[in-house]
Amino acid sequence: MHILSDARRAVRAYPTLLRVGLSEVVAYRAEFIVWILTTNMPFVMLAIWHAVAADGPVGRFGQKDFVAYYLAGWVIRLLTSTWLVWELSMEIRDGTLSARLLRPLHPLFAFSAQHLAALPMRVLIVTPVVTALVWFAGDRLAIRDPRVLVIFLAAMVGAWLLIFFTMVLLGSLSFFLESAIGVFEVWLALFAVLSGYLVPLELLPGWVGRVARLSPFDSMLSFPLETLIGLRDLGTATRDLCTQWAYIATMAVFGLSVWRRGVRRYVAFGG
Amino acid sequence: MSYARPLVEVHGLSKTFRVHKRAPGVLAALRSVFHRPTESVNAVQDLSFTIGEGERVGFLGPNGAGKTTTLKILAGLLHPTAGQITVAGFLPFRRDPAFLKQITLVMGQKQQLLWDLPPTETYAMNRALYEVPRAQADETIAELVALLEIGDLVNKPTRQLSLGERMKCELVAALLHRPRVLFLDEPTIGLDVSMQAKMRAFIRHYNERFAAAVLLTSHYMDDVTALCPRVIVIDQGRLVYDGDLKALVRRVRPDKRLTLRLSAPIDRRLLDQIAPVVSYEGGQAVLSVPPERLNATVQNALATLSVVDLAVEDPPLEEVMRELFKNAHAGTPAAAAVASTPGAGASATRPLLATDPGSGS
Repeated sequence: MHILSDARRAVRAYPTLLRVGLSEVVAYRAEFIVWILTTNMPFVMLAIWHAVAADGPVGRFGQKDFVAYYLAGWVIRLLTSTWLVWELSMEIRDGTLSARLLRPLHPLFAFSAQHLAALPMRVLIVTPVVTALVWFAGDRLAIRDPRVLVIFLAAMVGAWLLIFFTMVLLGSLSFFLESAIGVFEVWLALFAVLSGYLVPLELLPGWVGRVARLSPFDSMLSFPLETLIGLRDLGTATRDLCTQWAYIATMAVFGLSVWRRGVRRYVAFGG
Repeated sequence: MSYARPLVEVHGLSKTFRVHKRAPGVLAALRSVFHRPTESVNAVQDLSFTIGEGERVGFLGPNGAGKTTTLKILAGLLHPTAGQITVAGFLPFRRDPAFLKQITLVMGQKQQLLWDLPPTETYAMNRALYEVPRAQADETIAELVALLEIGDLVNKPTRQLSLGERMKCELVAALLHRPRVLFLDEPTIGLDVSMQAKMRAFIRHYNERFAAAVLLTSHYMDDVTALCPRVIVIDQGRLVYDGDLKALVRRVRPDKRLTLRLSAPIDRRLLDQIAPVVSYEGGQAVLSVPPERLNATVQNALATLSVVDLAVEDPPLEEVMRELFKNAHAGTPAAAAVASTPGAGASATRPLLATDPGSGS
């Protein structure tokens, strides 16, 4: 449709959108901090696995590896997650999406800018944890190799995009369902297990681990994480990068398709 | 009044919603998990009208008549079920950016201002999204801020503004890109009388300055009377009347209102002998007088009463609407109510003909 001309317009509008988005994040800083506090699960898991590994490594993971894994996992999750599904679900239900639909820029570009605008604040928050990561487990980080660094950065961008389009897909279900949040909760449970957020994939039972590695959840967290801490060699990481971007393309097609169909059904409640 | 270029053209517009039905209670809730019966609701049916450049049109009807649905369709938010619509030459539901830059939809009960930021941030965002050159945006904002007398308010967080202040700031955001077509849905809702008057003056100024087409819904009939020479009336999604506001008033309530201010209280029966009394209190009497008897009645009143002042007016629009829709609720379609009044060009069976010859459509 207008997606290409929208992309050009978005590029021109992005600086302003990012600036306004950052102002919003700053205005909502208290909520933001509270949300950060709710993302503490990796630290809980770190405490458990650290204790378990005190008597000896678990698979390839010694205590220091767990420190690197969970600290890096928390940082990556914080930098790549979006809350779009909540916003979409709410705005579709109460009709506030109308204001976005009336503006001459695809709402998803505006949403993306709003979310990217939160990155500086997130970087600020993760900086102490990154410092701790480098301090305690700097030798585990594989990104001293510039080729790995490039793949890692591409994987981070990819993880953000994949999660963003997944949220577009899930959020757009609100056009069809009373609320998509229930579906999102199911997705979140699957994500926690299959992305390596709770447990490194190689410590999952055999078939679960294999399913997880084939699923898009791997591309959302485990792939950039394991690339960062050197658990995937260059060849594997390169192959997984291709897989990740294939998933992004697929999810973008699905997400935008559901969005388009949903907008046709939109009833713009309120007013 | 004739308008050279139609900006809004609507032919045979219909919109049907499918809504879920569910009885109250736990059992019904459980049953609805497996079976969700739906029913079709015809929100808009076979609606046709055009609006020209520079025209101000009131869009009237009782609650649930389909006014807001129609506005949302015209703004591109909803897909029509049937019919052809063009607004500024575009099909609205495609929401082409070039189309969106030419229209605005202001909903009194919804806002686009960023809640925790000052309105200036929304203006900056809209300037970027609508690609308005900075100099033009600054000029427009300065002009609108001055006209609406909102000064420094635009620098306060939106959440700290009163409803009226917010509505004014909202209008600036909605008009920053200088749209040619304004869809205004209850723009003065909740505002006090003086604020309403300011908003009306502002809408009129914008319409005249930019030759913008205005389609306005409001439950405050003063808004419509002050702003709209033409009205479109719908009921149950169907067109009831499209034409001159004064002609509508004449058809539904042909009698004039003769207001007499008296120098001293008198017995009400004296008034009854002159004409039916609509109200009498505080030394002021309002009589209902058929137009053909107006001269005689005025002369009679001046001769028999101690009149200090008198005025002749049409009945208030609220009353006209009440009368119009009272018939509809009593089982008579409102269209028939219009058609049954003397000189009406409307037909109960073909409401699309319910137009006044003098209208711009």
